[in-house]
Formats: sequence, structure tokens, C-alpha cells
Amino acid sequence: MEIILAIGIGVFAGSGVWLLLRPRTYQVIIGLSLVSYAVNLFIFSMGRIKVGAPPILPGPGVGDPATMADPTPQALVLTAIVIGFAMTALFLVLLLAARGLTGTDHVNGRED
Amino acid sequence: MSNGQLLLLALLLPFAGSALAAFLPTHARNAAGFMAGAIAVAGCALIVLMYGSVAHGEPVRLVLEWLPMLGINVSLRLDGLAWLFALLIFGIGALVVLYARYYMSAEDPVPRFFSFLLAFMGAMLGVVLSGNLVQIVFFWELTSLFSFLLIGYWHHTAAARDGARMALTVTGAGGLCLLVGVLLLGRIVGSYELDEVLNAGGLIRSSPLYVPVVVLVLLGAFTKSAQFPFHFWLPHAMAAPTPVSAYLHSATMVKAGIFLMTRLWPVLAGTDTWFYLVVPAGLVTLLLGAYAAIFQQDLKGLLAYSTISHLGLITLLLGLGSPLSAVAAIFHTVNHAIFKASLFMAAGIIDHETGTRDLRKLSGLFRYMPFTATLAMVAAAAMAGTPLLNGFLSKEMFFAEAVENHTGSLLDDSLPYWATLAGIFSVTYSLRFITGVFFGPPPTDLPRMPHEPPHWMRFPIEFLVLICLLIGIVPSYTVGPLLANAARAVIGPDLPYYSLAIWHGVTWALVMSIIAMIGGAVLFLALRPYLDSGVEGPPLVRELKGQRIFERMLVVISWQLARTLERALGSRRLQPQLRIVVVVALAAAVSPFWLRGMVAEGPLPLTAFDAAFALLWAVGAGCAIAAAWQAKFHRFAALVLLGGAGLVSSITFAWLSAPDLALTQLLVEIVTTVLLLLGLRWLPKRIEEPYPTSPPPSVLLRRYADLAIAIGVGIGIAIISYAMMTRPLGESVSRYFVERAYVGGGGTNVVNVILVDFRGFDTLGEVVVLCLVGLTVYALLRRFRPAQESIEAPEQQRLQDEFDEAAPDRSPGDTVADYLRIPRLVMQWLFPVIATFAVYLFMRGHDLPGGGFAAGVTLSIAFIVQYMAAGTRWVEDHLRVLPLRWMGFGLLIASATGAGSWWFGYPFLTTHARYLDWPIVGKFPVASALMFDLGIFAVVVGATVLMLVALAHQSLRRTRPRRTAEGD
Repeated sequence: MEIILAIGIGVFAGSGVWLLLRPRTYQVIIGLSLVSYAVNLFIFSMGRIKVGAPPILPGPGVGDPATMADPTPQALVLTAIVIGFAMTALFLVLLLAARGLTGTDHVNGRED
Repeated sequence: MSNGQLLLLALLLPFAGSALAAFLPTHARNAAGFMAGAIAVAGCALIVLMYGSVAHGEPVRLVLEWLPMLGINVSLRLDGLAWLFALLIFGIGALVVLYARYYMSAEDPVPRFFSFLLAFMGAMLGVVLSGNLVQIVFFWELTSLFSFLLIGYWHHTAAARDGARMALTVTGAGGLCLLVGVLLLGRIVGSYELDEVLNAGGLIRSSPLYVPVVVLVLLGAFTKSAQFPFHFWLPHAMAAPTPVSAYLHSATMVKAGIFLMTRLWPVLAGTDTWFYLVVPAGLVTLLLGAYAAIFQQDLKGLLAYSTISHLGLITLLLGLGSPLSAVAAIFHTVNHAIFKASLFMAAGIIDHETGTRDLRKLSGLFRYMPFTATLAMVAAAAMAGTPLLNGFLSKEMFFAEAVENHTGSLLDDSLPYWATLAGIFSVTYSLRFITGVFFGPPPTDLPRMPHEPPHWMRFPIEFLVLICLLIGIVPSYTVGPLLANAARAVIGPDLPYYSLAIWHGVTWALVMSIIAMIGGAVLFLALRPYLDSGVEGPPLVRELKGQRIFERMLVVISWQLARTLERALGSRRLQPQLRIVVVVALAAAVSPFWLRGMVAEGPLPLTAFDAAFALLWAVGAGCAIAAAWQAKFHRFAALVLLGGAGLVSSITFAWLSAPDLALTQLLVEIVTTVLLLLGLRWLPKRIEEPYPTSPPPSVLLRRYADLAIAIGVGIGIAIISYAMMTRPLGESVSRYFVERAYVGGGGTNVVNVILVDFRGFDTLGEVVVLCLVGLTVYALLRRFRPAQESIEAPEQQRLQDEFDEAAPDRSPGDTVADYLRIPRLVMQWLFPVIATFAVYLFMRGHDLPGGGFAAGVTLSIAFIVQYMAAGTRWVEDHLRVLPLRWMGFGLLIASATGAGSWWFGYPFLTTHARYLDWPIVGKFPVASALMFDLGIFAVVVGATVLMLVALAHQSLRRTRPRRTAEGD
């Protein structure tokens, strides 16, 4: 499982980085989204992976960390997902505005 | 109130007044002037009130804890020296305010002027009253900042802007040097408190860091006090309104440097280093300033250079290092402040009443304004050092100290001659001022007919000249005790013998004074023909302009050097920049594997392999690679593939025990897709492949390089994550979270409890970010101008509309309505279902997967679905969403919940949790965290809907293309 997830993260990150280096703003947006998936999964995997042990206490009382997945990276990633959406929105609007302003969707603001 | 609190009040008053004045109406000249005057007078009274305790030799102190864990306090300290300066600041400040009320034109935004002036007053007081070195530097920089604003007050003139910028650059740079010097000083002493620093003189002087400390502190003081070679900013600062010059360049700004040298005199002075750094600087400034002052054609220029010269004199005295010279320095500081302020005000009156400050045009004004002329003549005589006036006494002390032997060096031996020469020069320029302006034939081509100013405009000069006379005639009854207090604060309790008397018998100092008087008069008569010829600038050193060197340096540093660097290292293209960022990050991540020979495989046993998971990721990887491949020419396909990748990551979260993440990811995936779909409409049609056959080698090379980088990053991050996942996890904060989630936070969903309780403050910050992004998107779209070719309705819409118009029984929009008839019904009915689901997610969030974030996104999906089903117009006719209110209330609820815990005496965002047994519903958690989560929920709904709706609205707007240069 670990190796699958690691390779998966690698593929996401690699595809994302490839797109980040492309000239069209839309490519960069898609690339950024892919990179953020990769980073979210990467941070999440920092808590090590466990199957079938969500960080939810069975009932009232003191919880036992050994029986469940690490909640801290999950909390970090949860907000990151929402902020990631905000970032995508901001970037999309920027790219639209830049395109209206410069007449091109090239990341440099001009075709060359 | 204790004296310490009064001190704090005195310091805060000007700042409070400044803030208040800033909000006065633009033309409330009288109100602002009255308030500023009242504050200055009240400050004066407060300072005078504290005279009693200061006179006993015990400084008034106030220490307020600020960051006690770092040992940083707000520390105020008022001793004799600070008292004297504070009195000057408030006293001359009050007079300047009165003067400025009449000087400033009703057309100027006068409240702004007083606001700056009061803030400057406060900053200057801060320098003087601080009991802590770092605090002094802080206020020091504030004075630079506010003097910038004051000098540049008439910012419509280029001279004011340039002068202000030059003053700020020079004094600000000096301030940075001072900061470093002070930090070193604090390092030597082990404390920044002035009391401790002043007691550690021996330690400081014997430290190996002594020389750097002295050099850095002096750089600060010299730039501020306009010492050679940093003097050039002062004449340019004369572009300021005259009240500013009268205040900043007599009693305050330039005296800050003097104050600092005097303040640290006990611990820094008395060594050869000090002598050879300070005395030459002071001497050159004294002579050069006086020499240049003689040849100025601008009245304020003359005063500016004479100020430079007098500052040089004081610096020279401080450099000598003997106690008596320190007393003389303090004394001359006070005297100079008094006569120079009055002279500046007189110059301002002349300028105000005649419309010019040019000495070539001015002449014979005595017959028009005899009273002002008399006052100005007395003040100028004080500047020249005439007996019976205050300037005489301190100049006499200076001459006596110049004769005294200090180090026995050549420089020391030649001092009497230089001092006499400077005395001659000062008599010459004072004579020039008096005779040039007030005597001679009546002026011919003045812009205005001169006459006496209003009485209250003249009053400050009268007052100051009266003090000149009082100090000059009965020094021991007026300034004597104040001077003694100040001197004790610097030298220590045992003052050297000095006598403040007019007549000391025939001494060398008297002889020098007489030589200076006669020599000055003779020099003036000799130079008169040359001066009358109207040549600008002093002979011999005319070409030597600090200003030119300064400007040249600025050009080199901020323009040429920056340009060269930008050309060499920068790029306006995004791609190379991103490439560098990625490559550097990659190199940094690879280096530990490379250098330390780390291996990827860790000791942790692997989780059991699952073929379904592998299959899932085969799909995910395929989606990602295909998206990367297709994003250029098939945007829609790329978007779908991106969604696939997102779905795979959502399922992974679910698989690997993160239900909250899976849920949120899924929901966010939906809104992201909708968002990008909305954006697609505004993108240009993709041009076909620019290279029909095969791209040129350079392009190919770049692509292969990028591919290599991308593959490198992919492999690298895969190895790192594998290495991490196969190594055991150390003890982390998670144990605490899991153990305390229910006991402390009252919830069983640990992730949610972390978000809304343990790390609630972080979450609050994050929703604020969300709000800001939402508002930015909204603001950007308000001024959105789409590109030319995407303004037209999309092709499909056009075709449909054409079809509808062609058919007699249809109206435009019918086709799409027909298409969507059934989906629309379903989607509209879904609204209550999704909304209920959102409420459900929200309610269970504390104990089971869900929570504010997920619920917020869900509800926004419910809204968006309505927009998609029925169109923007229909939805907004039937439903008012008001996303800005959602955001506002959300933030309000979240912060109010956090602040609520203050009410019960707990820190911000402490939560309270309990379970209530509700009828029917059953046991239900009521934690204050739930309220907080409600705030988050509302913010997420508001921000998400705001962004999507703002984008959707663009299609409805009647947009115009951007204006082009050819015309509208």
C-alpha cells in the first residue's frame, strides 16, 4: 500500500510540475490543482497510513492514539483542501483578468 | 497620578492629538491649531510639574511590562537632561503651533499639518524620554518618518518631495547604523536599559566592540544632526513650511543627534577614538557651515547653513570630552534652539509678508516692519554672540574650552584659531542677514507690499527674544539651575566650576570674542561688493556638493545597480522563474539522500497489499498524466480528468482512515469543477499547434528539460514519501489531541475537535483567509474586462437563439429550457435535500465525520445547483443569498464565540462543552465550539457562493472591450 501511495503521489506531483512549467495559464491552473492534491496526500501520509481506523473515539472517555490514524495531519489537510479551492478560484480570476488586460493567456503576458 | 504616569500621559498626548487632528475636516484650521496648542501647553505644564523631583537629582521612571518573557519593557526616564529637552520640545512646540496658525494658508489642509507636527512632537519626546536604548531608536526612526511627512507637506512642489526624500534617506540610513550600534552596546552591557548602560562606562570603553559602537552611534547622530559630510540634506529640507523649519531645525530633529551624543557622552566620550572622530567632524561642519552661510542668497538657506555650523560647534564641544565642554554644549544647544527658532519665524514672516526670501530682492524692510526687524536683529545678534544676549555666554564658554588644552595634539593646539575664525564667520553672516534685509534702499520688485504681521504671529518671536535677553543678562537666575540639573545628569553629581556671568575679566575668550566681532565686521565690508553681485553659492567650495554625490549614489545604487542585477539575474518570464524554483527545491530535497546516503526503505512493516487499491491508483495516475497531456488543447477533457484525479485522492482518504478528508475533498471537488467550468467560457479558442511539422530544436530541448524536471520531482517526492511512511512515527502532539478530544473538547471526532477547539485560532485565521480571497475575487471581477473575442455569446448559445428566433412560436432561451426541463425540476427539488444534508453534516461534525467546512461547502453546492438549473436571473428573483452577509456574520459569530471566553475569564477561544438531553432528538452536544463551527460554516458558505456567483454573473454583464489606444 505504501509503495502504491508513494508512486501515486509522485505521479500527481510530476504531472503537476510538468504543467506548472507550461506556457498557458490554464495548464498552470490544472498543474497547480494536481500539485495541491499531491501535497495534501503527502502531508496526510506523514501520519503513516492505517486502514479502517478513523480518528473517531469509540465513545466518551480518554482516547488511545495507538488504535487510530494520526488526526493532526488530517486536520491540517482539511483546511488545506478548502484553502486550495480558494487559491484555485483566485488564480482563475487572475488569469481571466490578465487575459482581458493583455489579450493573451500566455503566462508571460505576451506571446513569445 | 504618580509622576511616572504623568510622564506617560505627556508622551501619549501628542500622539493622541495627532490621531484626532487627522480626522478633523480639511479646512478646520482653527480647531486643529487650538487643539495642538492646548496639547503643547498641557505638555509643558506636565513637564514643569515634574521639575521638583528632577531637581532632586532622582530621575522620574516608569516601567511597563510589555513582553516580559523577552525582557522587553516600555521604559520611560526623565532626568535633568531629558527635562530640559522636553521643555524645549513642548515650549517651542507651543510657540510654533501659534505661529503656524497664522503662517499656514487657509487653502492648505492645515489639520493634516498639525497632525504631522503633533506626531513629530510625540516622536521627539519619545527619543528624549525613553529609558531604553532600543526604544530610543524606535522613536528616532519615527522622527525621521514624520519629518519626511512634514518636509514634504507641500508635496505638489518637486523641491519639497526631493528634500523630504533626501532627509529621510540620509537620516533613515543613519538610524539603521544607530540601531546596530545600540544592539552592540546592549550586547556589551547585557541590558538595553539606559540606567544600566550609563553605569557601565568602563566596561563599554574597554570592550573590543567599543570602536564599532562609537562609529555606528556617531553615524546615526551625525546624519541626524547634519554633520559634515552628511550635512547636505538640511538646506534641502528648507522646502518645508517655515514653522516646520523653525521647529525641526532649531529645537528638535537636528538636536536629536546632539541629544544622543550628550546622552551617551558619559559612557562613550573621553577616549582618543571619540576625540578624533567627533572633533574633526564638528570642526569641519562648524567652519564649512559658517563659510557657506555667508554666501547664501536665500534667507532660509543662510539660516540652514548657520544651523549646520552651530550644530558643528556643539558636536565639537561634545568631542572635546571635558566636563566643562559638555556643560557648554548643553548650554549652547538651548541657546541655539531659542534664537534660531525665532530667526526662522522672522524669516517666515518676511517671506509671508513680502512673497520672497531672496536676499537680492529684499532690502530696507525696517521702515515697513520696524517691530519685527528689531526682534530679528536681537535674535541675529544672539546668533553672532553679542554681549547681553544668550549666544554670547555659550560662545564665550566655547572659546574658553577651545583655548584649554585637552590632548596636546596639533588639532587641539590649533583649535583657538579655528574657533576665532568660526566666530568671525558667524558675525559676518549675522550682519549680512540684518543689513541685507532691513537696511539699505527700499525694495523695488517685491511680489507683495510688506507690512507688519498680525500680532499673534509675532508673539512667539517676542517671547523667544525676551528669553534670549533674560538668559543673556541674568543667566544664573534663569537658565542656571536648569543647566546644572541637565549637566548633573550627564557628568554626574560633581559639576566642574563654571560661572554664568557676563563679565569674567579680561580673558582669552573675551579677546577672541572681540577679534571675532571686529573681524566679522571687516570681513563683511570687504565681501559686500562680491555679495551684492548676486552670485549663488560660496566661492571655492561651490562645486563640492554633497547633494550631487548623494544623488549620484542613489542613481548608481537604486537604478544602475538594480538594472544591472535585474538584467543579469532576473527575468520577466514566468517559466524560467518557476523552473528555477522547482529545480532548487528538487536539489534541496535530493541533497540529504545524496550527501548522507539515506535509503528509502524504512524499518516499519508494510500495510497489507490490496489489488483494488493498486487498480484505483492506476486510474488516478492515468488521469493525472492524461490531464497533463491534454490541458493545452482539450481543456474540458483535462478538467474531467482532473476531477478523476481528485476523486481518486478522495477515495484514498476514505480508504486510509480519513473520512473527514474524503468528504471534504469530494465536496470541494464539485465546487472546483463548477468554478473551472464557469471560467472556461472566458478562455480563448486554442490556436492550433504553432509548429505544424515539428517544433524547432530549442523548443524541443526546453520541453525535454521540463519533462526531465517533472519526472525528477515525481520520483523524488515518491521516494521521500515512501521513506517517511516506512519509518516509525515519533511521539507527537497527536497523543494529547486524541486523549483530550472528549475529556477536554467534548467531541469524539478528533479531527473536528482539533479544528474547532484545540487549534481554533488557526482555523479562525484560515477562514479569514477564505474571506479575503472571496472578497479579492469579487473585487477583481467587478472591474473585469474580458478579452475581445470572448465577449460574444458562445457558439452553442448563438445557434440556439437563432433557432428560437427563426421559429414563430418560440422565444430565445426556449431551447435550453426544454433541454433542461426534467433535470431542472430534479435539481430544484434537490435543494431542500442538500440543505438538510448540510445541516446533518454540521450537527454530527463534533462526533462523527462532518463539521463546518464540509457542511458549508455542501450548502453552497445547494445554492450553485439552483443557479445551474434555473439560471442566474431566475434564482436571484426567487432567492436572495447575500454571500457577503454570510461571510460577515460567520466571522462575527466565530470571533464573538472566541471573545466570549474572555467574559468568563479564560483566554481567547477557550471552549465549553456539555451534553443536553433534548426531547425527541436525544442527547446532543452543546459545546461553545459548535457556535464557532457555525461561524466557520457561514464563512465557507458565503465565500464559496460569492466566488462562484461573481464568476457566473460575468455572463450577464454587458461587457465592453478594453479601451484601445486608437480610440474608444
